[in-house]
Amino acid sequence: MSADVHPLLRAKRRREALRTLAFLSPWLIGFGVFFAYPLISTVYFSFMKYDGFTAPTWNGAKNWSYVFNDYPFFWPALRNTLWLVVVMVSLRVVFGLGIGLLITKIKTGAGLFRTAFYLPYLAPPVAATMAFAFLLNPGTGPVNHLLGSIGLPQPGWFNDPSWSKPALTLLALWGIGDLMVIFMAALLDVPKEQYEAAELDGAGPWARFRYVTLPNISPIVMFAVVTGVIQTMQYYTQPLVAGKVASGIIGGSGQQFEPGYPEKSTLTLPQLVYNLGFQRFDTGSACVIALVLFALAMAFTALLMRRRSGFLTAED
Amino acid sequence: MSGSTKTAAAAVAAAAAISLLTSACTGSGNNTAGDDPSKDVTITFWHGWSAPSEVKAIDANVKAFEKAHPNIHVKVQGNITDDKINQALRAGGPNAPDVVSSFTTDNVGKFCSSNAFADLDPFLKKSGIDTAATFPKPMLEYTRFEGKRCTLPLLGDAYGLYYNKDAFKAAGISAPPKTLSEFKADAVKLTKSKGDSYAQLGFMPNFHGYESTTTHLAAQWGAKYFDAEGKSGVAKDPGFAAMFTWQQDMVKALGGFEKLEKYRSTFGDEWGAKNPFHTGQVAMAVDGEWRAGMAKDAGTKFDIGVAPFPVPDDQADTYGKGYLSGTIIGIANTSAKKNAAWELVKYMTTDTDAVVSFANAIHNVPSTLAALKSPKLDADPLFRTFVEIAQNPNSTTTPASVNGGTYQLTLQDFGYAYESGKQTDLAAGLKGVDTQVDKDIAQAK
Repeated sequence: MSADVHPLLRAKRRREALRTLAFLSPWLIGFGVFFAYPLISTVYFSFMKYDGFTAPTWNGAKNWSYVFNDYPFFWPALRNTLWLVVVMVSLRVVFGLGIGLLITKIKTGAGLFRTAFYLPYLAPPVAATMAFAFLLNPGTGPVNHLLGSIGLPQPGWFNDPSWSKPALTLLALWGIGDLMVIFMAALLDVPKEQYEAAELDGAGPWARFRYVTLPNISPIVMFAVVTGVIQTMQYYTQPLVAGKVASGIIGGSGQQFEPGYPEKSTLTLPQLVYNLGFQRFDTGSACVIALVLFALAMAFTALLMRRRSGFLTAED
Repeated sequence: MSGSTKTAAAAVAAAAAISLLTSACTGSGNNTAGDDPSKDVTITFWHGWSAPSEVKAIDANVKAFEKAHPNIHVKVQGNITDDKINQALRAGGPNAPDVVSSFTTDNVGKFCSSNAFADLDPFLKKSGIDTAATFPKPMLEYTRFEGKRCTLPLLGDAYGLYYNKDAFKAAGISAPPKTLSEFKADAVKLTKSKGDSYAQLGFMPNFHGYESTTTHLAAQWGAKYFDAEGKSGVAKDPGFAAMFTWQQDMVKALGGFEKLEKYRSTFGDEWGAKNPFHTGQVAMAVDGEWRAGMAKDAGTKFDIGVAPFPVPDDQADTYGKGYLSGTIIGIANTSAKKNAAWELVKYMTTDTDAVVSFANAIHNVPSTLAALKSPKLDADPLFRTFVEIAQNPNSTTTPASVNGGTYQLTLQDFGYAYESGKQTDLAAGLKGVDTQVDKDIAQAK
């Protein structure tokens, strides 16, 4: 077939293909260097024995077997990560949307409230977590003093395995500024005529939210959920700092620290990647956990994308 | 070539390229030293000290070395973290260090087994240094792994008992306790309740109570972590069970785990001025030789006493011992200037004046037998107590392991479960620790 094509036409097609490739090359290079190569390397290392110093050697499926069967921190970390994905992400989306709705309705002082809700997002994660650990200290923290003074129970917060994840969720809700801004922009973009038409049809506040607001902002809700899931899969700094501060083991010179205080309740999968790869020199097992994280992120995203039709507006 | 063959070929080529790339990422040093240390040379020395007084002390030491070796110039880089060290040891190259010191004694097993650090035995032999006659025995233990010596001790840390002399006087206690039963009686006497908490606690026995860790306490029983075959032996060594039983007894005697944990949450930062020993929240603490200086800097208002940590009643004759650890120093295997690097390592670790002046300056325990006996050593009685603990033949350390301090963390993790009552069967728990430690080591080997 190709022999029938005129040589000039073939040359033109080749030039076009090369031009297309040239335009695509920045993305292709970026994709190859920052995604494909690390991903293939991670798969490769997950089957190798590699301590970071000596050359890697074939290890079969031993790293996978070790992580799933013999590494006592994997399952608690997986459970914690899933808990955070389900509870923290959901609450962040609901809270962010709620604050966004509230602020778009405020007539006076909206700027002040916007600033007040956005500012915590700018606080560095380490400083913010340390401040929360101080505020929620079960012995000396002002929050428990306040709860005690009005006769309410005083939780152990970061020192209690059943309260440590809710405490981390509170910290995440405090830093809701990013989602608030996105939702505010989406809410302000909803055509006013649609609300007016709904009101004329006798729709109440809930009906207006359900049948006007939500369909219009559904792509943004989808975006918030997907990015929230991915961010939570990478959740590292806050649980590590909270665990360290609450446990008292800040880590002096040369001290090794097993994350997850109290009782592995703040362990997350990214912490295990660091612990295995850089403290135990077991790059292979660290890569297994990185791949589990990747598979989970892909699975959640695929699940959400399959449900995407429910989020789409008529225009989409 | 068909499309599928081309794809397969591309995949094989990609896999081969990745293999080459990943192999290239590993350190490729060898253990030979061919450089001439009498020629003009510049070597790089990485260390982790960062406080101005410490940096000043190490710089002074390096200057003294350069004066003694005018042809060897030393480029010093301080405040180096373990992650940076590991990365540099992997990569090598002209900017990588020749001499490296690390606070993480636990990493010696990996440094030695992976050849990241050069074997120092040929250098020691060449210089005629008898390690057994030069360094304290426990320090020799934590600086080698499976017979291979890839590091040497560069000052050490010893752990002992700090006590509040004013609180002792108020409680009618005339001398620091020597046995653990005396210690328990004193801790109870020193404890003053206040509501559902404490005005003063005799001792914080919980394993999260800063330095009251499983490893530091187990040293008082002289417990051995591994058997002759290198298998975990915490269930076999009666010292561990005795330590956990004693700790649980202390927890009960001082108010129970929950009450102690709540009180612990009121403690300030271990490394800051509000350390509970500085503030008088606890009257006794197990800690290293650095605490005396820190307490002084924090403006502590009471008289501080120091003594060796008490020993089990049935080992009263071993009173004076304690847990030892310290900073390590070695030569990067990627270094092309190993002979010159050895001159610096030799000077810093074996020159008595260098070791003594550095120890005096940063208040660490000297790491050679000659320096420990040196009349130039700081005469401060608090410091001298730790010097004696370091020299005690019954003092012990935690051995190097191929996966760093993982075995210690596994034991500690069991300790947390046991003290909180989550795990009640001590014998089964210790067997579980052995099983887990052996699995972790098998995975790392």
